[in-house]
This record gives sequence, structure tokens and C-alpha cells, in this order.
Amino acid sequence: MDDVLRIADRTFSSRLIVGTGKYPSHAVMQAAHEASGTEMVTVAVRRVDISRKTESLLDYIDTAKIFLLPNTAACFTAADAIRTARLGREAGMSNWVKLEVIGDEQTLFPDNEGLLEATRVLVKEGFVVLPYTNDDPVVCRKLADAGAAAVMPLGAPIGSGLGIQNPNNIRIIKEQATVPVIVDAGVGTASDAAVAMELGADGVLMNTAIAGAQDPVAMARAMRLAVAAGRLAYRAGRIARKSYATASSPLSGVIGS
Amino acid sequence: MRAPGGLWYDRILTAMTIKLNGDPRELQGPLSVSALLEQLEIDARRVAVELNTAVVKKAAYQSSVIRDGDEVEIVNFVGGG
Repeated sequence: MDDVLRIADRTFSSRLIVGTGKYPSHAVMQAAHEASGTEMVTVAVRRVDISRKTESLLDYIDTAKIFLLPNTAACFTAADAIRTARLGREAGMSNWVKLEVIGDEQTLFPDNEGLLEATRVLVKEGFVVLPYTNDDPVVCRKLADAGAAAVMPLGAPIGSGLGIQNPNNIRIIKEQATVPVIVDAGVGTASDAAVAMELGADGVLMNTAIAGAQDPVAMARAMRLAVAAGRLAYRAGRIARKSYATASSPLSGVIGS
Repeated sequence: MRAPGGLWYDRILTAMTIKLNGDPRELQGPLSVSALLEQLEIDARRVAVELNTAVVKKAAYQSSVIRDGDEVEIVNFVGGG
């Protein structure tokens, strides 16, 4: 049976969603995307630089293989996020959006109130909304109820590389979720991605962990393997935790006894 | 001066100032969104345009007219997470 990720009307073989920011070069980004096996990448919507010609990011993304997910990063109000989502839809010709409404500059934690408001408006306008949210099961439930196609709780602050700070919440979010759960932000290295998947997440979204690694292409491959391994382990069903040892070898028949 | 060709904008062009991506810009106008993108040498397929905070659909680039005092935003995709 194919273990594919289904979000709204699309299916993905890869459960790893990757960003397009902060790479040393567009060429390295392209190679990292290839190594990651990703089928969906996030992009930001920003003013065109009128004063000079710049290379287009899209020259380095094979949009026949990789789906573009515009984000509303750096939007601090529902109104700005909605406006940015509408522009992203027109630029990208898909109605998907990674919805960010940020509530605090230092932590980049989401503003849940604005996020819910923007989700409701954009869902009504026909968007497939993937909100970046706190690792809060109640907020995730409200977002799903508002029509979000998935929920994307943070593992840790964006770009922090701290790993999954509240694994129990991620597990609860997944247990209660009626939509796919994508852990978005906070991954620092491969084991963090594996942890997210072992907790039951349907996917992981990351940017800095790959783009900021000393060798982004090698890290992209590590993340691909980690996400696959974590998913497999989750499906395999791990053993229960015990405080004391349980011998793996027979205790009887030991020589000299 | 007269605008070359076209129907709706076959009229006298005058100097106008619009706000383009947040900065004032002097142009001869009125002019269509298509004409503005052409002047700026921007590939229309890879951008999205807002005219006075409303998104302009690509199909409406020819018919949407930018006038003195209008606010125009032209955006594209850049790297992000």
C-alpha cells in the first residue's frame, strides 16, 4: 500500500516540505531540493526589485515536479496575510497558502487570533490553507474547524534548530487531528525530523536546518532519510518504555551455572 | 505626445506620479498594467500586481488603467520558509 501524504486534493510521495530561503546560492538550493526528494517547497511573496534585474528563483525550481507553496511570512496582521495570500495565488496560479500571522518579532510565534481570522476569510475565498501555528492542540482544533486543510504546529521557534520542544503536544495534536499535521519550524538536525515523524506527524517542513547546514545538500539527504525512517518507525509501532532491563538473550543455559 | 496604437488610451498622455512598491515614481500616463510591466521590463508571467490594494488578474492587465496618484504593488516569489 502506498503511504502517501494527502492534503486537500493533492497527494505527495515525500513527507518532507522544504523552504527556498537562506541558501548559499540558487544552485545549492536546487541541488538540496533534489537530494531531499521534496515535492513541495515554500516561497515568500515580496516586492519586485524595480531598480535592478535579479535572477528569478523560479529558474531554479522544477515546477513540473515540485509544487509551490506561497507563504505569508512577516505578516503581523490578518489583513496583511490575506492580502499577501491573494497576491501569492495570482503569482503562482494555485490556491494553496502557508498562512503565517506573526504575533511577536523576537520569537516569531503566531498570533492565534489573527491566524484564525485569516484562515476563515481565506477558506471562504476558496484557498487551501495550511496555517503555521503554536503547538497547541486547542488552536489546532479550531483551525481545522475553520476549514484549514492541514495544521502546521511549530516544533520550536523558526530558525532556532532547537528540535521538538513539546513532543507530548505534537502527539496529542496528531491524535486529535481531523486534518494532516505538519511539524513546521524548529528542526535542527536529522534526529529532530525523525522525532517529529515518530510522534505521528504526517510531514515536516523545514528551511534553515538544510539551508544553513555546512553542507546543505548532504543535510537535505539526511533529512530525507530521517523523515522516511521516522515515518516507518511510527507505522511499525515502537515498544513500550520500561524502567528496567528486559534481557534479549536467554537467562538459562549460561555456562558455569 | 500621443500614445501609440490601442483604443482606450488613444488620448493625450500627461506626467503623473504613482506610488510603485512604496516609492513615488513619475510616468507618462494613464497607462495599462501591461504597459507598465513592459516599461519596467518585467515578465508578466512571474509577478502579481495590486492596484490600490486589489489584486489585478493577469487577464485584466491590458484593461486595467493606472492613473495619477494610484498605488501599485508588483511582487514575485523569493526564497522563504
